Amino acid sequence: MPKSKDVLLEIRDLQIQGYSDEQWVDIIKGVDLTLHRGEVLGLIGESGAGKSTIGAAAMGYARDGTRISGGSIEFDGMELTTASESDRRALRGSRIAYVAQSAAASFNPAHKLIDQHTEAPVQYRLKKRMEAQEDAIELYRRLRLPNPEEIGFRYPHQVSGGQLQRAMTAMAMSCRPDLIIFDEPTTALDVTTQIEVLAAIRDIVDQFNTAAIYITHDLAVVAQMADTIKVLLKGEEVEEAPTKEMLDNPKEDYTKSLWAVRSLKREQKVRPKDTTPLISVRNVDAAYSSGAKVLDDVSFDVYEGMTVAVVGESGSGKSTTARVITGLLPPMKGDVLFKGEPFPPDYRNRTKDQLRQCQMIYQMADTALNPKVQISEIIGRPAQFYHGLKGAALKSRVDELLDLIELEPSKYYNRYPPELSGGQKQRIGIARALAADPTFIICDEVTSALDQLVAEGILRLLNRLQKELNLAYMFITHDLATVRAIADEVVVMQHGKVVEQGPKTDMFTPPHHPYTDLLLSSVPEMDPDWLTTLLEERGVDNVGEAASSNIKPGDAKVQGTQL
Amino acid sequence: MGDILGLVGKRLGIGLFILLVISVIIFFMVELLPGDIAQAVLGQGATEENLAALRKEMGLDKPAIIRYLEWLGGAVTLDFGNSIVTGERVTTLIGQRFMNTLFLAAYAAVIAVPLAIVLGVLVALLRYTVFDRVANVATLTSISSPEFFLGYILILYFSVNWGMFPAIASLSQDMTLPELLHRTFLPALTLVLVVTAHMMRMTRAAIINLLASPYIEMARLKGTPPWKVIVKHALPNAWAPIINVVALNLAYLITGVVLVEVVFVYPGIGQALVDSVSKRDFPVVQACCLIFAATFILLNLAADVGAILTNPRLRHPK
Repeated sequence: MPKSKDVLLEIRDLQIQGYSDEQWVDIIKGVDLTLHRGEVLGLIGESGAGKSTIGAAAMGYARDGTRISGGSIEFDGMELTTASESDRRALRGSRIAYVAQSAAASFNPAHKLIDQHTEAPVQYRLKKRMEAQEDAIELYRRLRLPNPEEIGFRYPHQVSGGQLQRAMTAMAMSCRPDLIIFDEPTTALDVTTQIEVLAAIRDIVDQFNTAAIYITHDLAVVAQMADTIKVLLKGEEVEEAPTKEMLDNPKEDYTKSLWAVRSLKREQKVRPKDTTPLISVRNVDAAYSSGAKVLDDVSFDVYEGMTVAVVGESGSGKSTTARVITGLLPPMKGDVLFKGEPFPPDYRNRTKDQLRQCQMIYQMADTALNPKVQISEIIGRPAQFYHGLKGAALKSRVDELLDLIELEPSKYYNRYPPELSGGQKQRIGIARALAADPTFIICDEVTSALDQLVAEGILRLLNRLQKELNLAYMFITHDLATVRAIADEVVVMQHGKVVEQGPKTDMFTPPHHPYTDLLLSSVPEMDPDWLTTLLEERGVDNVGEAASSNIKPGDAKVQGTQL
Repeated sequence: MGDILGLVGKRLGIGLFILLVISVIIFFMVELLPGDIAQAVLGQGATEENLAALRKEMGLDKPAIIRYLEWLGGAVTLDFGNSIVTGERVTTLIGQRFMNTLFLAAYAAVIAVPLAIVLGVLVALLRYTVFDRVANVATLTSISSPEFFLGYILILYFSVNWGMFPAIASLSQDMTLPELLHRTFLPALTLVLVVTAHMMRMTRAAIINLLASPYIEMARLKGTPPWKVIVKHALPNAWAPIINVVALNLAYLITGVVLVEVVFVYPGIGQALVDSVSKRDFPVVQACCLIFAATFILLNLAADVGAILTNPRLRHPK
């Protein structure tokens, strides 16, 4: 890709403050950044590192509750920090465009996609409405959206997430900007969908020689997209280097620690012989009221002290299976057995002892903990409810639980959830599940909202607890790296069916069921050429969703699914 | 569209059911009132025979259930019986007055609703500025002053001091529309002052509530000017709460106008209700209450339908 050497964006000693607790605190502490025309810069770091804030600042925009307090931002010779608001606004959408993390939330639900697409070019009088519509259709075609002629005339809720994300990239292109800010554009997507969005973004940025700032917390993704990578930590730059050099030879310890995260390993256990499984799901069909079947003949076993990972894209029925096991959603057909004995289908008919056996940990610790209730009460309530503990016995049990999750009891006993970090909240969620003294815990995407380092800590904790307390886990996730790290057995689900299941080692060695294969090959790897190679293998029109729709039920490998 | 018709049909069914329940409550509440109606009509000097004869004539000797069913049957065909004070048919007695009230409410609504929404959008756009504060204080003052007070203040200035509008809004059959509008301007203005604040503040709150949405930030980052962000991106998604509060206020315009009608001596249904309560004219009371209830239910139904129709997810199903 030919690169002209003109500097497009130059940020010097940028300082941004955020307003919290009645005072301004520094969130960006003097970051420098230089971007040439046609160059892609990857910004990487944990949440709270200030990546998105810098991205917005590159557009001369300070989010509500933040202010640019120092430094300079020079875009193509224009100083944005001193420019008038109307001058800055005139750049946005026309010369600098933005692609947001969640396209589903960032498209206005009240307007058709194409009307939102043409808004900027029509407003800047670059094109007439009809011309802009034709151009939109052309961009939809280039981004390989299905039915490019027609898709723009739908409303956002009528289009899938991956397609919306591509439509948003098309929208960013509508005025052929010099610079696009991609703010975690694929974080909310499934791996199979992520690929097509990544491929589409990379193509279009290449075709128009657009410069881009690509913000993400996923190293493997940024490795595919960026020419240079800048690592941020708590509003400060850690280091910056060309992609290849950064991947091969990171200099700073923090960067190395980011690279090392994927190293968590745990010995794989095998099923004990001649024992009844702890939980056994037998031929379960389930549906939400008056809807179509969400689960279709789902069967699998979980043995004592083992971890079964349930993987699949969103909408494949993973969480519904959890709801059936816990009794929140009584199945239409089939049973859930506990040590060979059937569990009543509805949780209301289960005894306290049956309820106690099976606990849940949720994805969003933020919403799963009542913000107005003290930690001691959150953990204490199940201990009281299931075991009738009171007074000093209850307090010592809560202390014991806090010790188990590696939080110092005296420090956390009287605190409230909003005072804790994301990882600490998730630990409280774990302690609450443990308080019932269960034998089986369902972990529903427990690490997907967390940064990698924090997530790793949670996984280590879960492993340790499993060893000490002989717990069985059903681990719902869409992240195959997590599966590799912690699972004993794997269940792959698609469209409410189990397409493949077996011990982890078997699942990660070929031959796979084609869907498993698609999932596995879609997980980004650190190799910067991974995406290119994969696209060559699959053919450029056969990525992601398109590939999954190509799996035919009559396929020989589908027939031969092993159990 | 089939889904929407189904939803509307369901809401309509629920509305009719609620109306039925309310009719039961109205009928038996009146029944519970102390005192003998026949006695009230004939006065203290009536003989036992006369009372019995009147009770028979009015059907008061029949069991309450039967009388309720008869009354309900009549109400369905808009026949609420005869007034026991004047002997006139209730329908003719309150029909014209109800039309007058509807006219006044419509007059006020035509001014208040657009005014409130435009003001609401303006204060949302200029939020935390002097304009926002002044608009807030002004509308809050007008909503917190009692209607009769507002009415008298308006009369003092507009009719007594400046002589622009009549102080008394009495109507006659042969008035032309401009005359009518001129004569009823002050009561309509009083009502406008009372309901605008509520609707304006809800419009402002509904819009500001949406300003933190990612799609609003997206619109800003596309370089959309602030007024367009509000009007084109926030307002279309804020209709549901706005429509609801508009419906509540319209209902208030019809059922809550008693004080205004008294101040301006306007021949509306509110006055009819007050008169009939003081005269124990129970068929009129029942009819008025049922009309008020029906108005509330109908307007809330309209608000539900409006909220459904402004929701793109329901209008354009997958």
